Amino acid sequence: MSFDVISHSPALLIAIPLFGAFFTPVISRLHAKVRDGFVIVVIALTEILAIFLAQDIYTNGIRKYVFGASLPSLTRPDTISIPVRIIFEVDGMSIFMVLISLTIALVAAIYSTSFFKKEDGLDRYYTLLLLLTVGMLGMELTGDLFNFFVFLEITSISSTALIAFWIDRGESLEAALKYIIISSLGALFVLMAIGFLYGQYDALNIAALANSIQFTFIDKIALVLLLAALAMKAGIAPMHMWLPDAYGEAPPSVTIAIVAATQASLYAVLRICFTLYGSVIGMSTIGWLLIGLGLLTIFVGVTMALIQKSLTRTIAYAAVGEIGYMIIGVGTALAASTETFASVALKGGIFHIFNDILDIGLLFLVAGAVIYATNERSLENLGGLARRMKYTTIFFLIGLLAVAGMPPMNGFASKILIYESTYQLNPIISIIAILSSILLLAIFVKIFYSLFLGPELPNLKDVKEVPTGMLIAMSILAIVIIIIGLFPGYFIQNLVEPAATALSNPSNYINAILGGA
Amino acid sequence: MNPFTPITTGSGFWNPLIWIIAFITALLLVYAIRLFGNKQYKKGSSQTKPFLSGNVAENNEQLHVKGVNVYWGFTEAFKGYYDKMKRIHTGDTRDYVLWFLIVMIGLFFIVLGVL
Repeated sequence: MSFDVISHSPALLIAIPLFGAFFTPVISRLHAKVRDGFVIVVIALTEILAIFLAQDIYTNGIRKYVFGASLPSLTRPDTISIPVRIIFEVDGMSIFMVLISLTIALVAAIYSTSFFKKEDGLDRYYTLLLLLTVGMLGMELTGDLFNFFVFLEITSISSTALIAFWIDRGESLEAALKYIIISSLGALFVLMAIGFLYGQYDALNIAALANSIQFTFIDKIALVLLLAALAMKAGIAPMHMWLPDAYGEAPPSVTIAIVAATQASLYAVLRICFTLYGSVIGMSTIGWLLIGLGLLTIFVGVTMALIQKSLTRTIAYAAVGEIGYMIIGVGTALAASTETFASVALKGGIFHIFNDILDIGLLFLVAGAVIYATNERSLENLGGLARRMKYTTIFFLIGLLAVAGMPPMNGFASKILIYESTYQLNPIISIIAILSSILLLAIFVKIFYSLFLGPELPNLKDVKEVPTGMLIAMSILAIVIIIIGLFPGYFIQNLVEPAATALSNPSNYINAILGGA
Repeated sequence: MNPFTPITTGSGFWNPLIWIIAFITALLLVYAIRLFGNKQYKKGSSQTKPFLSGNVAENNEQLHVKGVNVYWGFTEAFKGYYDKMKRIHTGDTRDYVLWFLIVMIGLFFIVLGVL
C-alpha cells in the first residue's frame, strides 16, 4: 500500500518538527555540530514538504486532513452530521503563513548555530525552537478552534522559555514573565470564547461554526473576547507594550521566531473576521475598528521608536508600527468590501505580513550581530562599525530601506498597495501611513548613523565581522528581500492572491468540510 | 509569466524594472558629473582633513554625536506628547492587563452596541 505523502502532508508538517524536537536532546549527546545539522535538516525537510503542499493547494484547492478517520478527507462520520474529529484545513492563506513561519524558523536555526557557540543548554534551546515551530504551524493549519487553543499555548510556553534563555540576565527573566502573563491572559479569554461558541452550536470545527453562526448576543461576546485576546497577542496598540520587552530581551534568533508567532496570532484575527464570522459580521464597523487600531498602532510604534536608547527596543517599536500597516490594509478591505480597491487593500495587508517578517527579521539579526561583536546594546556606546563590519553594514542598509518602504525593496511593493487603496477610502489614513513611513526612515537612518558611521571608538577597535553562519542567515533574508522587491508581481500572483482569495471566500472553506468526503 | 509584471494598484502601477532603469540612468549622470571634478589632491594634507565650523576636528571620539542625541530638536518640540507616552509605558504588567481590559470593554460597547 503506497503512502501518499501529499495527502498526509498536513499531519507530517506537525509530526516532523515535533519528533525532531523530542529527538534533539538525544542527538545532542553525539556532538553539537550533529545536533545543529539535525535541527536545520528537520526544518528544511518540513519546508520542502510545505512547498509541495502549496503547489498541490494552488492546483487542486483546499487540502483537508482528518485525524483518526479511515481516510484523511473523511470529514464527517456516516452517522453524524457535524465534523467531530480534529481537522486540519489548509487553504491559500494557511499555506502562505506556513511558508513564512518555516522560512523564518530555518533562518533562526542557521543563525543560532553561529550565534550561540559559547552558551550552555543549547539542546534545550533547539528543542524549544522546534516546539515553537510546531506551535506556529499548528495555529496556521488547524481548522478546529480548541486545537488552535492548544497550539496557541504550545507557542506561548515555548516562546516564554526561549525569551528567558539568557537566565543570567534579569531583564530576560522579567521579559519572559511579562510575556507568559500576557499570553496566559489572552489564551484564557480565547478558551472562554471557544466555550461560548461550543455551548451554542455543539461544534469546535471552524467551518461547521461558520456555517451555523447566527450572531446572537453570545456570539458577539465570543467575537469580542477572541478579537481582544488575539489582537493583544498580535501586538496591536494599546496592548502592544509587552512586545518591546519580549523582542528586546530575547536572543535575536528567538526574536525573529516570536515575530513569526505574533503574525500567526494576526492570521487568527483574519481567520475569525473573514471565515468564522464572515457571513454575519458587520464588515464596515469591524473594518473601521481595525483601521482605527491600525493607525494608533502605527503612530504609537513609530513615535516611541524614536526615543529609544536600546538598539533592540528601537527595532521592536518599529515592528509594532509595521503591524499597524497590515491592520489598516485588512481593515480597509473589510470597511470597503464592495469597492474595487478592497481587494488591493487586502493583498497589500497580506503581502505586508510576509515583507514585514523579512525586513524586521533582518534588522533583528543585524542587531544580534552587533551585540555579538561588541557586547553593547545601547546606541550611546556604539559607532564607526562600518569599518570593521562591512557585510553587517550592508545587510542593515538593505533592512533599513526595506522597512522604510523605499523602492525597489519589498516593503515598498506592499506599502504602495496599502497607500493607494487606503487613500481611496479616506486620504487621511494614507497620509498618516506615509508620514509614519518617513519617520521610520528617519529612525533607522539614526540607527545606521549611530552604529556604523562616525569615527572609530576606542572601545570598539578590536571588533571583527561576525561568523559565517550568522552572515549566511542574514544574507538569506537580504536576498529574499531584494528578489521580492524586484519581482513583486510574481509573488503577488503566486502567493498573495491565492491567500487573499481564500480569505475573501469563506464559503469555499465551509464547503470543503461540510461538502462531505 | 513575465517576472517583471507590474503591480496594479487600481489607481496606478509599480514596475521595479522602470525604477532600475531610472536609477542606473541617475548613477550614470552622477558619474558623468563627477568626471568633471578636480582629480588633483594631496592625501594626508589639509585638503583631506575634516573641519568643523572652520576648525580642525581633533579627538574624533569626543566629537561623535551619539545616536540618542540625534533628533533632539524633534523630541524637544514634542516634549509634552513624549512625557505622556513615557508615563503610559510604565513597564508594569498590571498596566498591560489594564489596557487589555480597557480595549475589551471598548470592543464590547462597539460590537454589542453597533453590530
